[in-house]
Amino acid sequence: MAIVIDETVPVLVQGMSGRIGQFHAAEMIQYGTNVVAGVTPGKGGDEVLGRPIYNTVREAVAATGAEASLVFVPPPFAADAIMEAADSGVRTAVCITDGIPAQDMMKVKRFLRRYPQTRKMRLIGPNCAGVISPGRAFLGIMPPHIYEPGHVGIVGRSGTLGYEAASQMKALGIGVSTSVGIGGDPINGSSFRDILEMFEADPDTHAVMMIGEIGGPQEAEAAAFVQAHMTKPVVAYVAGLSAPKGRKMGHAGAIISAFGESAQEKVEILSAAGITVAPNPSALGETMASVLR
Amino acid sequence: MDIHEYQAKEILAGFGVPIPRGGLAYSPEQAGYRARELGGDAWVVKAQIHSGGRGEAGGVKLCRSEEEVRDYAATLFGKQLVTKQTGPAGKGVYRVWVEAASDIAQELYLGFVLDRKSERIMIVASAAGGMEIEDLAHDDPDSLRRMVIDPAVGLAEFQARELAFSLGLSGGQAAQMVTMLRACYRAYRDLDAVMVEINPLVLTHGGELVALDAKMSFDTNALFRRAHVAELRDRSQEDARESTAADNGLAYVGLDGDIGCIINGAGLAMATMDMIKLSGGEPANFLDIGGGASPERVVQAFRTVLADRNVAVVLVNIFAGINRCDWVAEGVVQAYRCEGLTVPVVVRLAGTNVEEGRRIIDQSGLPLITADTLADAAAKAVAARSRQAA
Repeated sequence: MAIVIDETVPVLVQGMSGRIGQFHAAEMIQYGTNVVAGVTPGKGGDEVLGRPIYNTVREAVAATGAEASLVFVPPPFAADAIMEAADSGVRTAVCITDGIPAQDMMKVKRFLRRYPQTRKMRLIGPNCAGVISPGRAFLGIMPPHIYEPGHVGIVGRSGTLGYEAASQMKALGIGVSTSVGIGGDPINGSSFRDILEMFEADPDTHAVMMIGEIGGPQEAEAAAFVQAHMTKPVVAYVAGLSAPKGRKMGHAGAIISAFGESAQEKVEILSAAGITVAPNPSALGETMASVLR
Repeated sequence: MDIHEYQAKEILAGFGVPIPRGGLAYSPEQAGYRARELGGDAWVVKAQIHSGGRGEAGGVKLCRSEEEVRDYAATLFGKQLVTKQTGPAGKGVYRVWVEAASDIAQELYLGFVLDRKSERIMIVASAAGGMEIEDLAHDDPDSLRRMVIDPAVGLAEFQARELAFSLGLSGGQAAQMVTMLRACYRAYRDLDAVMVEINPLVLTHGGELVALDAKMSFDTNALFRRAHVAELRDRSQEDARESTAADNGLAYVGLDGDIGCIINGAGLAMATMDMIKLSGGEPANFLDIGGGASPERVVQAFRTVLADRNVAVVLVNIFAGINRCDWVAEGVVQAYRCEGLTVPVVVRLAGTNVEEGRRIIDQSGLPLITADTLADAAAKAVAARSRQAA
């Protein structure tokens, strides 16, 4: 088992006809992801990478039974594409798009609540690198070869810092069950807590690496969840010790604007919850190794 | 994206928020003329810069004559006004706002923000206004009222009423407050704002509510559909290096140290800065070159980083996913050859096409310092920095 994605899940790609969508869809297929269709409004009936393209997600789901969707749609149209997936019965959508307006995401989150729990779509991202279950399948834009299959779950806001964690662990012979990028935006589909809950329930995951950053309340919320509900060890790191207050550091959500949002404060909150915090970003692998010993 | 006070006031007035009568001036003479135009015997002259804390910094003054308005405005124009939010360089004053002085019975606080916990727009209000919200939250947290707005319904009238009465306002004033709250909410929603702040919101002795100051900030991700908001951008208020970098697709934030950073990904960039600090150095900047960076964009990143004269060493740290190490390596070599680099450069490459990238660096014959890991890269950058200083 793994979480979110494996080689059996039928996947559709929203925006597969575009240059970027096509490139990453090809990479995913090569790695073993079960890509069954693409959706590009107006391009229905075309074929890309040997897969049929549909005009609407509803048609694609009806024809192929797709359960997951990867959203590569440009920012002005991305929120609408996510809502279309949710309404068409897709179970999980991963949105890579960076630059979606905050109020569009507010609307998306409100929209997802209209469905009962049993058919509510799980959204991961936006502005993330995606999800990979090494050796099985991935939904996203990461370089898959840096991940070794294994039993540590990774959840983080940053794509490249997640790569860093995976490669440090690989160098020490530690593999990954699934790595999930939750994205750098202030409003995102799944929080650290949501993904930790899935890792706790996954028998294949034995420990979790959580990579946070400055800004927002999600690390503190995750700390409370770990303390109250998690039996598996959690190693954490929070990027941005040297970030000044009130300045946006690349990610739209990486800005210290309230109490408890600086890296130092988050480290204190996580440590107080019994989470092992890596002393520096070059010690992510070692810290996980010491916890697993 | 921030805008000036006078622009925020004009926008909010358009949605129905009462503001004091006033006018904009581009010269001391015009400021004096504005005072005469407005009439009365007292005016407030306010420097227009993108920063709070202008009053304490000497950028706001109550004047009693037209001459005083003119003379005070003359001291403001062209000045770099330093507030506790601007940093030591301050921000240039090129416009002043002159308004009729208000008689103030009470100062309140009103703010609309994006609340990341509820993932909705939240109103924060207090009957004790006039000071910065951070200080208010620290000194008088019990005075703060918070209210979250459902995006599907908008701000309901009963919510606005509840909030108005909870601030101690009585009948007629509460009705004015309801109008004001709904106007601010519509402005926030319709223009894709991320912040609307009226501080202070004053109650005059005549029982009128007036927005004495106003601040608005907008979602840069939504500017594509808010052309008239995008036009309000004032580059004179931005750090020139940061806005030039942004024009070239680079996210750059200048800092105080001397180790320049060129990195892909915001998280890795912050982590690399942390590693430099933990290794005994100080980062000169945050810089994310973004995905799919061409050699040209890497050269542009070098130019941006080296425009900061404090930079004594450059650290390039790339973990390529959608980037390609070979392109980055070509960019580094080009920058070294064409930009006349005099500072040491440490390069750490990992991920997509790493072998190819390393080969380009090795075969360039340039004195580039290579590193294998994040810790190694930071240590080598700090060591190179110490050698420079010696």
